[in-house]
Amino acid sequence: MIVFALAQLLPGDVGRNVLGPFASQEQVDRLNEALGVNRPLVVQYWDWISHFLRGDLGTSLQYQVPVSDLLGPALANSLKLAAVAFVFVVPLSIIGGTIAGLKRGGIIDRVITVGGLSLTAVPEFVTAIVLILIFGVTLGWLPVTATAPEGASIPTQIEYLLLPSFALVAVLFGYIARITRSSVMESVDADYTRTAYLKGLTRRQVVGRHVLRNSLLPTIAVVATQVGYLIGGLLVIEKLFNYNGIGQRIYTAAVNKDFLMLESGVMIVGVIYLVATFVADILYSVFNPRIRFQADG
Amino acid sequence: MTDVVTADAALEIDALDVVYRVRGRDRQVLRGLTLNVERGEAYGLVGESGCGKSTAALAIIQYLPRNGFVRSGAIRIDGRDVLALSGSELRRHRATAVSMVYQNPGAALNPSVRIGSQVAEVFKVLGVTGSDADDRSRAALETVQIADPGSVMKRYPHQLSGGMQQRVIIAMALATDPALLILDEPTTGLDATVEAEVLDLVAGLQSELKTSVLFISHNLGIIQKMCDRVGVLYAGRLVEEGDTESLLNDPRHPYTVGLLRCVPRGGVRKDHGRLDTIPGFMPNVGDDLPGCVFASRCTLAEDRCRTEEPDAHVVGLAHLSRCHFHDRAQTLPREFSADLVLPDVDRSGAPLLRFDDLGKVFAQGGHDVHALVGVSAAIWPGETLGLVGESGSGKTTLARTLLGIIAPTSGAVMFDGRDLAGTLGKRSASDLRELQIVFQNPDSALNRRHQVRRILRRALRKLAGLTGKQADARMLELMHSVRLSERYVSARPSQLSGGLKQRLAIARAFAGDPKLVVCDEPTSALDVSVQAAILNLLVELQAEKRVSYLFISHDLGVVRYVSDRIAVLYLGRLMELGPSETIYDGPHHPYTEALLSAVPTIDGEARERIKLDGDIPSASNPPTGCVFHTRCPRRIGAICDDVEPPLIDVEENHLMRCHIPLDQLRALQSDRTSLKSTITTT
Amino acid sequence: MSGMSEAAAGIQPRERDIARRETLRQLAKSKTLIAGVLIVGFWVACALFGSTIAPDDPLELTDVVLAPPSGAHWFGTDALGRDVFSRVIVGASETLKIAPLATLLGIVLGTTIGLITGYFRGIVDESISRVIDAFLALPLIVLAVTALVGLGSSNTTLIIVIGVAFTPIVARTVRATVLGERELDYVDAAKLRGEGSGYIMFVEILPNITGPIIVEATVRLGYAIFAVAGLTFLGFGVQPPSPDWSLQIADNYQLLSSGTYWWTVLFAALAVSSLVVGVNLIADGLQQVLDR
Repeated sequence: MIVFALAQLLPGDVGRNVLGPFASQEQVDRLNEALGVNRPLVVQYWDWISHFLRGDLGTSLQYQVPVSDLLGPALANSLKLAAVAFVFVVPLSIIGGTIAGLKRGGIIDRVITVGGLSLTAVPEFVTAIVLILIFGVTLGWLPVTATAPEGASIPTQIEYLLLPSFALVAVLFGYIARITRSSVMESVDADYTRTAYLKGLTRRQVVGRHVLRNSLLPTIAVVATQVGYLIGGLLVIEKLFNYNGIGQRIYTAAVNKDFLMLESGVMIVGVIYLVATFVADILYSVFNPRIRFQADG
Repeated sequence: MTDVVTADAALEIDALDVVYRVRGRDRQVLRGLTLNVERGEAYGLVGESGCGKSTAALAIIQYLPRNGFVRSGAIRIDGRDVLALSGSELRRHRATAVSMVYQNPGAALNPSVRIGSQVAEVFKVLGVTGSDADDRSRAALETVQIADPGSVMKRYPHQLSGGMQQRVIIAMALATDPALLILDEPTTGLDATVEAEVLDLVAGLQSELKTSVLFISHNLGIIQKMCDRVGVLYAGRLVEEGDTESLLNDPRHPYTVGLLRCVPRGGVRKDHGRLDTIPGFMPNVGDDLPGCVFASRCTLAEDRCRTEEPDAHVVGLAHLSRCHFHDRAQTLPREFSADLVLPDVDRSGAPLLRFDDLGKVFAQGGHDVHALVGVSAAIWPGETLGLVGESGSGKTTLARTLLGIIAPTSGAVMFDGRDLAGTLGKRSASDLRELQIVFQNPDSALNRRHQVRRILRRALRKLAGLTGKQADARMLELMHSVRLSERYVSARPSQLSGGLKQRLAIARAFAGDPKLVVCDEPTSALDVSVQAAILNLLVELQAEKRVSYLFISHDLGVVRYVSDRIAVLYLGRLMELGPSETIYDGPHHPYTEALLSAVPTIDGEARERIKLDGDIPSASNPPTGCVFHTRCPRRIGAICDDVEPPLIDVEENHLMRCHIPLDQLRALQSDRTSLKSTITTT
Repeated sequence: MSGMSEAAAGIQPRERDIARRETLRQLAKSKTLIAGVLIVGFWVACALFGSTIAPDDPLELTDVVLAPPSGAHWFGTDALGRDVFSRVIVGASETLKIAPLATLLGIVLGTTIGLITGYFRGIVDESISRVIDAFLALPLIVLAVTALVGLGSSNTTLIIVIGVAFTPIVARTVRATVLGERELDYVDAAKLRGEGSGYIMFVEILPNITGPIIVEATVRLGYAIFAVAGLTFLGFGVQPPSPDWSLQIADNYQLLSSGTYWWTVLFAALAVSSLVVGVNLIADGLQQVLDR
């Protein structure tokens, strides 16, 4: 359903908007002809969607090659970058948020909350520039570009991806840590935690068996929604590091008004988001007995 | 208060001061609390909300909120000073010596862990492992009369009913045979019949295991049933303590006297007179109270009471009272009781409201839930119809359907000789004006952002068509009629106490001179002393304006006080309808009988408890035949399982839905002890 | 009379004033809030009076290009010889116009939609919520870039695009709050005296959800600045020759890899960071006090 709504929403807007205010009448007509946009909207959508689903994304106006040839590798690159960022941010932010939640009001809590808040708030390109200045330029520890030389080993590739992924980590950390923290605090205040303490369990046992089990659930959902943001962030980071990912593709397509490519890129982003939320829903119900048993009750 | 500190006491609290630090200021919650719970004894701690009873429990288990701490005093459990325990000692102590059961069992169990492992944890802490822990968990669940512990252990908390959840918690609490068991309002929020089961269970286990119990409750009836001794807590101080028997029958502190008087009891009805109330408000937590804590509300108070803290006077065998004038506490003046002229209800004329064959079906997750099934009744002008039933009985659905908030699926409503539309949008202005409601919780019913003036003037404008000066004048009249002082006109609800808020809500309902007011549990969110004043007000308004009430309550004492006739609902069906005397005195429907016997009262007429088996069935899957047959203690045979009994006139003005003829019910119910034997002969 | 004594005994008639004062005092005591207000206040003042404070014209081109920080040019000069310090001082003015207006637009539209969907439920809610879900599937930046390509970049389109992009997010938050609020009995009480839906939504419910809306507004303001910065950096936001911080960074970041000329980027980066952090500190402070 959502995919359908999304499909209705996007190409229509983009198509009309791209053509509308800029091109001369002659150009518009030619484009309309070439793209078949003078056909009824529903037919267009159907045509485009059915092609999209078959993996035929059309031809890039700018490069005159199939869009899928350009977006495929770009998507793979982006997923690599996103994966590196996730590998760092998920454990870091969950551990940070949990510690902050357990030590509510303490110094560690303030450092993690205010620090995380600040990192989240700062635009990713600013963080990235500061990181480049420190680790790339001043200290010279890490490469300042994201693309490893052709045929580089996997560790080297990862090394090249560290700086750009750190910029993404900085933004995501504060957000995920914050949600983790508040759900840990809610769990700590819950009656069942009191029950657990009154059984004579140690703090470690209470936290491990009772607090975390309930507080990590909402965090899963949050992590998934952040996949969406992550790709938005990629747009900026990939441009900054001149990294050939889907964000960079969307960016160049937008600059050059290569709108078939833009549409497809945006659509892919939407699909990734939907897949991520779907996976999160599944994980959530696997870990949450209340939902798991609803089906048979 | 007890001077003798015996080494045997399970719990000794000595001069305990607990304070909460709020915004840099210490606010005292408990003031020199001293009490002992002897071994094997059940001690009741009773008091209204805000008196500090839960704080006392949290102090005993060392689980005060982060801003609360013990300023002075001592707490010993089993002779051991709990305030001096180290971290590991405290864990050991919690694992073995003290347990607690509190309100809202659903929240007390971890929602994502199976019952089995939650119970087993209690034993694992003590080093029991694997299948031993499982066996002991099973045994613990059997102790609390869970029929199929094996399958319960595999479930998650949300798959159990509230009563079952509370049993599991009691099982965990008693599993290690603690020296002290604290029960903090363990049945508040449970239905009457479920509450009765849980209380019976606790009482049985307590006498069997000789566990020492500290039972905390606001309900004197429960305390009377459950406890050997009682302490009355007011504003953080124990004002009276004694044997349950002597304290309830011979109270020696004006607060206890007042508290006992404001509960409608002994079959008192509105035409017998008004209820007593306790004027004023409980002091705020942390207020400086140099003299007697009750002085500001005590009609016996003299200057001395306001300056000099009374000692604990011995007024009888193990009976103490902190009152300078304990010997005349019972002379506490009664409320001035003007003669109320209640309207005569003339049932020969046309009823004000009549509803026929009302049905309401909700679609819920693919199932049809029959919330109301063919309910018919009528209310005459000036009459109060009481509506009782447990959760799922449909009493709130009935109220909301009559009001037009939800549309009935079938049936018709006639009001004052005209048909009422199903939904509010189709009802006329006079329909709206003449049919109003007083909700249960005034915090929810009043817009917290609007001032009293705005709330009332808007109601007057919409319901009475009054604006400007006229509205102002009428507003002041309304406020006067509900005894709400004029100086609150620019107050917001948050500035008013619970009782005053409910007065405001009543004033709003009366803005358009309604003919019928639905009162949906109007006093159940209030403390008993406030409840009495609100009931008095409702009765006065009825006497004055000849208004009719549909009065919903789970408190049978309250319903009996205000109602002329009573309707009993079960699973959306009307089981019985009749004059309140008949409903209470019997012969009554077996369900009514069980409901009445479930309620602990302070009247001392210890009734034989009618035990109901199992939980209330779900309204989405009601039992066949008579819907009550699955729990009915007087089931006569297959006919009950297969055939739904019709609702018939069993005598004049008395409708009942039961296969057992009235005479037989009369015989059965006059001799409660022979319950089992008589049933088989039928 | 039974009730007179209770009413006459009275309860703190100034409770609300006390409560209100208490809220204000807590707000005043919140360190994060104060820090945030000071930072944001500083930049607002700079945006308003920056041109009089700034030693040079931020747009004036000179021959002194890429000069390192010195007494004459505290923060150095950029590739076109413009004084970086002067540019940093006034660099917030565009953002501080666009972001609040976009936030306001998003809050007004989102609150209205959230009230309607939350109050009516049913089909209205279902259909609008579907569209909202679809909207939310796309990251803000991607959505905004796509829209700005079509509409062309100007301050007005930026405000509209960001405001509209915020609408579903605000609507979702408001809807969740309304869902809780409409279960309260005062809503039924209003229906029972014949109030219309508009009255109930805007006069009864709205005043009760201002707290969450204010918090949401500050959070959104932070994101608005974030979004304007990101879009500007990509070239879809504030257009040259504005001295906007993000434009400064976009213009000069490629000079970074050489290791010199760091001043052309660093000061603008610190400035934009401090502004967003400031706004978020305010949001955090408000949240802690208002969310009780």
